[in-house]
Amino acid sequence: MNRDLIKFLAFATLILATPQVLSGSYLMNVLLFVGIHTMLAIGLNLLLGYAGQISLGHAGFFGLGAYLSGILTATYGWNPWLAMPLAASVVGGLAFLIGFPILKLKGHYLAMATLGMGIIMYIIFNETIGLTGGPSGLSGIPAISIGSLAFDSDQKNFYLIWSFTLGMTLLTLNLTNSRIGRALRAVHDSEVAAQVLGINARLLKVQIFALSAVISSIAGTLYAHTMTFISPTSFGFNFSVELLTMVVIGGLGSIYGSFLGAALLTLLPEFLRGAQDYDIIIYGALLMVMVKYMPGGLVRGVPDLFRKLLKKRGARHA
Amino acid sequence: MLRLKKINTYYGKVHALKNVTLFLAEGEIVTLIGANGAGKTTILNTISGVIPASSGEVLFNDCQVTALPPDRIVRLGISQVPEGRQVFKPLSVEDNLDLGAYLRYINGESKVSIREDMVQVFNLFPLLQERRKQLAGTMSGGEQQMLAIGRALMAKPKLLLLDEPSMGLAPLIVQEIFRVLNQLRQENGTTILLVEQNARAALKLADRGYVLETGKIILEGSSVELMENADVKRAYLGKDRGLP
Repeated sequence: MNRDLIKFLAFATLILATPQVLSGSYLMNVLLFVGIHTMLAIGLNLLLGYAGQISLGHAGFFGLGAYLSGILTATYGWNPWLAMPLAASVVGGLAFLIGFPILKLKGHYLAMATLGMGIIMYIIFNETIGLTGGPSGLSGIPAISIGSLAFDSDQKNFYLIWSFTLGMTLLTLNLTNSRIGRALRAVHDSEVAAQVLGINARLLKVQIFALSAVISSIAGTLYAHTMTFISPTSFGFNFSVELLTMVVIGGLGSIYGSFLGAALLTLLPEFLRGAQDYDIIIYGALLMVMVKYMPGGLVRGVPDLFRKLLKKRGARHA
Repeated sequence: MLRLKKINTYYGKVHALKNVTLFLAEGEIVTLIGANGAGKTTILNTISGVIPASSGEVLFNDCQVTALPPDRIVRLGISQVPEGRQVFKPLSVEDNLDLGAYLRYINGESKVSIREDMVQVFNLFPLLQERRKQLAGTMSGGEQQMLAIGRALMAKPKLLLLDEPSMGLAPLIVQEIFRVLNQLRQENGTTILLVEQNARAALKLADRGYVLETGKIILEGSSVELMENADVKRAYLGKDRGLP
């Protein structure tokens, strides 16, 4: 556990030091998204990487969190600090209720059911115009503040978002290293065997589904208050797939992998901007190459690559 | 200790168990023998709650346990070693054993007493101690079977349900596993319901047996009686009645 804590502290220090280097640049803004995406990827990874259950509808939970606190604060004048837990409990409760029937399904069928769930939420964001503003979006969402300190610049928001992301990282690291983490991996590997050991597999799956929805909702709240404007397009099917890609590219069943996947998929489009219209082709090709040569994700693939390179150099010197 | 009364179990439309009635007394080893598809595994899955019966009763120490979910059944003291071992391959031997004690952790039992039981398992299967940190999936079939049994024992069961522990294993390892089962009965008084295709070995170990055919119990008796029975000999022990 001690080694894990040192690893985490090193990670946190590295993250919190970046504004010193990048302060004021456009990249600061991108790093906000890396933080939010990391949180989302961690949430989805709990479900997909640990419990082995797919979801193609997580963008819906993200959107629901964003809209709930957006509406409560912009339309009804609530304090964001109250809206956030309320949104998270509503989303968690909803996920719990949805989870019971649909997590009975497996594989492709579960993918279809969660896909449907995401699409329904997307339609609701679009059609309940009186509440959400519909396709033209919801604006005027206030920034989060503590006393007189308002989180209204990229730099301030960076610390706000990343303290949540790092907190979430620590929490999930603890969870996955615990008895519950072991039970999740057991359910992933063989549900029958897990059941006959007394693990209530069904309840556990639903609980983890709800937890990952809560994490997505909190990310949604932070997103809404950082952007101060939200519209349905950010919460559609495409984004659910992007989240899934982050988790797989980063490494299933690894919390730090989720960070790597989120960082890569968020930063890559920025760096490929120079390639203009070809960026999407390069992006797609890179993903294919990575899945082919790093099936364990970046978190396992990159160290492997280094080891191979070192070996080659060693062989040449000998 | 365990009593099944007129159990009927279905897989969709398939009638897998037809009016199965059987019992186990405390401290007994009872075996279920029968061909593939006779319903042996289904009986175990019905008892453990994985596939609930559609009619009939399962009584454990005179308590109704028929409709209970699997985790409640384990809580009551029935552990199943599932068919084909089903160890958690990506997890270490130690983690697998820890998972066996999952409910005890949840009930807040002390880590010390769970550790002690792990030592007990290592005493039964010294090989597992050597491989403590190894991933279960990298071990041989025999070692995985030992792990699967050890894992079930970590729940401290009063009744152990074993599903074909000899499947695909070398005769020497089967012997070793059966020796441990015997030791369990003698030292801990564990009651065992053993499903086997290897009828000869099973009957040698067991006190009594039931013969199952297409979902029905067609024969029951002490192991000695069954071993002497002409039909059992011909069908399950590979002894022909002799050509004329």
